[in-house]
Amino acid sequence: MREGYDHVASLDPEHELAIEDPSGLKFSGDGAGRARKMTLNMGPQHPSTHGVLRVVLELDGETIISARPEIGYLHTGIEKECEVKKYQQVVTLTDRVDYLSNLNNNLCYALAVERLMGVEIPAFAQWMRVMLCELQRISSHLVWLGTHAMDVGAMTPYFYTFREREEILKIFEMFSGQRMMTSYIRPGGLALEPPRGWHKAVSRVADRLADGIEQYADLLTANPIWVNRTKHVGGLPVNVLMELGITGPILRAAGVKTDARKDCPHSSYDKFDFEVPTRTGNDVFARYEVRMEEMRQSVRIVRQALDGMPSGPWQADAPHMLLPDREKMKTQMESLIYHFKIVTEGYRVPPGSVYQVVESPRGELGYYVVSDGTANPHRVFMRTPSFGNLQALGAMLEGTLLADAVAVMASIDFVLGDTDR
Amino acid sequence: MLPEVVAEDPTAIAISQQFPDAIVDAKNEADGAVFYIDPAQIVAVCGFLKDSAGFDQLAGITGVDWWPRAPRFEVVYFLHSYPHNARVRLLVRLAEGQEIDSVTSVWRGANWYEREVFDMFGVPFRDHPNLERIMMPADWEGYPLRKDYPVHGYKYSYRDE
Repeated sequence: MREGYDHVASLDPEHELAIEDPSGLKFSGDGAGRARKMTLNMGPQHPSTHGVLRVVLELDGETIISARPEIGYLHTGIEKECEVKKYQQVVTLTDRVDYLSNLNNNLCYALAVERLMGVEIPAFAQWMRVMLCELQRISSHLVWLGTHAMDVGAMTPYFYTFREREEILKIFEMFSGQRMMTSYIRPGGLALEPPRGWHKAVSRVADRLADGIEQYADLLTANPIWVNRTKHVGGLPVNVLMELGITGPILRAAGVKTDARKDCPHSSYDKFDFEVPTRTGNDVFARYEVRMEEMRQSVRIVRQALDGMPSGPWQADAPHMLLPDREKMKTQMESLIYHFKIVTEGYRVPPGSVYQVVESPRGELGYYVVSDGTANPHRVFMRTPSFGNLQALGAMLEGTLLADAVAVMASIDFVLGDTDR
Repeated sequence: MLPEVVAEDPTAIAISQQFPDAIVDAKNEADGAVFYIDPAQIVAVCGFLKDSAGFDQLAGITGVDWWPRAPRFEVVYFLHSYPHNARVRLLVRLAEGQEIDSVTSVWRGANWYEREVFDMFGVPFRDHPNLERIMMPADWEGYPLRKDYPVHGYKYSYRDE
């Protein structure tokens, strides 16, 4: 106890047995000196929350009676900021929403704007988007797997997954110059021409990932500690998951076959041959299996993209919204005018609204873009999967043991930037 | 009487058979038809769409501020049907301070989304189990996503530094 802390004065006269401890623990006793209920603050600074999430847990011994997630510690007002930026400037903000799946956010926003503008994207750019988004999905799942395993006590997978993730980030750096905040997918196509040697680099990484995924599975799938910590933990009936608005791997682990890549096809996803893995276990282990299988399917998609990559331009033919070629700008007056207009005024988007959905590594990611006919979006709403999924945390934790809370939270795989925006 | 743009739409026809005057307006957007619903009937329409039309999930709720136009706010409901692989968007027009019934009784997942709309736009939801601010601190003044709210807030300005 802190020096000079007046222990008696801290006693609440109304509840004379309630003692507020400076460490944040709150006890209430039954009068016989035995603590019955305890309120425990998990977070906002707790390693297993992977960010700044606060969960107020009410405990009876080690059993959780109720859990209340408190969010908003990472609220940065991104949606407000979108309204004062031009359409092409918003792209950099979408990177920062879900900082583990930047390209998926770029893609969703780009698709929404392209739909409002009625712009058609060439096949090469579409396939390139698919390939990069699947690499992004793997890299996001690698972070999830490494930290999830570390949360329940397995240190080794963390080093292996981050080793492979680094290879993927090097690919992103090669393409865009940035490891994480790539801003590589933009309305109208890609940001830059794909670099020389990308094919060889990506195929090397794809081979490495295929080996790596089996390595992690060897470490964990049959590991008795891992299985005991994850099986029969954190499940909820399917109809409750539906009502709470859960999407993505959690829903697929409960047996619902749903995937935005199949259900609302975009970016040539219908030309790829892949499966949507489902499990019926409906627990933390089933979510692990679903995500592992998703990584394998993503490697499959990346390899198909490498084999069948069409040739063609990497940007749409839309001079009214895309910056002209640098060389043309120096020789042609029209290009110079377009460049000046786009940089100073931006491009106007016809009035209307669109709700675009893509499958992010965490579930359904939706961008609702409302245009009033000017060069700034009137409203950008990000329907983020972490916000929807985190809402179920309270229901999932009720009645489980405190030690399982860590495993359940890791299995939801939320990103707080995605939740709070 | 259904608005002309959605006279053929099966969801609109189903709603109007059950609630003849619920759809007050409609529009065709880039991703399909959207319906403007009478605010007094939003819970009934949502309940009907969930139980009889297969819209088993609420993907989200958000608001749009059209200030200085009146009525000022639009509350947008994104509905998703897994069995039919369909999506529909319901919009409700609200004036400033006008209350709307909460749809938490239809989908539990509406809870946080309605709190967010309340927090950001100041739209009050009637019969909401826990209508508190969710992103901003509890003692925050103003509603940040309103159009008359400055981007840097009321109290803080870079010029002060």
